[in-house]
Amino acid sequence: MTAKISYSDVEVGTELPARTFPVTRAGLVQYAGASGDFNPIHWNEKFAKEVGLPDVIAHGMFTMAEAIRVVTDWTGDPGAVVEYGVRFTKPVVVPNDDQGATIEVSAKVAAKLDDNTVRVDLTVTSAGQKVLGMSRAVVRLA
Amino acid sequence: MALDQSFVGRTYPPTDPYEVGREKIREFAEAVGDSNPAYTDPEAAKALGHPDVIAPPTFVFSITFRAAGQVVQDPQLGLDYSRVVHGDQKFAYVRPVRAGDRLTVTSTIEAIKSMAGNDILDIRGEVHDEAGEHVVTAWTKLVARAAEEA
Repeated sequence: MTAKISYSDVEVGTELPARTFPVTRAGLVQYAGASGDFNPIHWNEKFAKEVGLPDVIAHGMFTMAEAIRVVTDWTGDPGAVVEYGVRFTKPVVVPNDDQGATIEVSAKVAAKLDDNTVRVDLTVTSAGQKVLGMSRAVVRLA
Repeated sequence: MALDQSFVGRTYPPTDPYEVGREKIREFAEAVGDSNPAYTDPEAAKALGHPDVIAPPTFVFSITFRAAGQVVQDPQLGLDYSRVVHGDQKFAYVRPVRAGDRLTVTSTIEAIKSMAGNDILDIRGEVHDEAGEHVVTAWTKLVARAAEEA
């Protein structure tokens, strides 16, 4: 594993480059196919509303996949991720228009650990609401 | 209805191997919009020290969640899947999943809790490769929301 960020170059509080990721209905259909998760709450508005949701919502695992890109883009090597966990706190609601929704991700180094690893805490929001809680990754740096 | 606590600690038989293909990894990476070449270009992956293209960190969920179906659909456990939402998800990696892996998953019920009428189920999936080496562990928390009052 060859992360491009050096352990000695980061400190607690170091911010990773923040990113914004788009989510559209078409993107959710594509993710359903790639992941095998065809739950209709992720593509069928009528079904989503019948089960009490405001509209179609993104797969939690889609949001989780987008959020870690802030970390893997930073390290260069996705294999540098040692641990990654999240809590799904609020759904990402995806309207049926050409804009869709956005997922905003910021991250910073929260702790320096053993063996050149650091804990990165992620803040993940959509429409001003936190959609992932306890969102943390442990990453091995160079 | 609260789930039977005696299921805590129950381990289900390992799944048949899932063979990780390069094109399946590419399809997944494209679906999440991630153009990191380690996912699609074997040479780029090798330059990072991996023997073949690797999968994005959350790719393995598709495999572990399918395996968790043994638990979720266990008629003896009696979980109401129509009311289930995904509460938490965590992964701990020994190494990244890569093309050519033949992965088996062994699922264990770690905990069953009941809170405010909700059933909360913690499932651990241990993922091993064909050589029996541990690759990744996935922890999935499922919450079956309480049935609404009629």
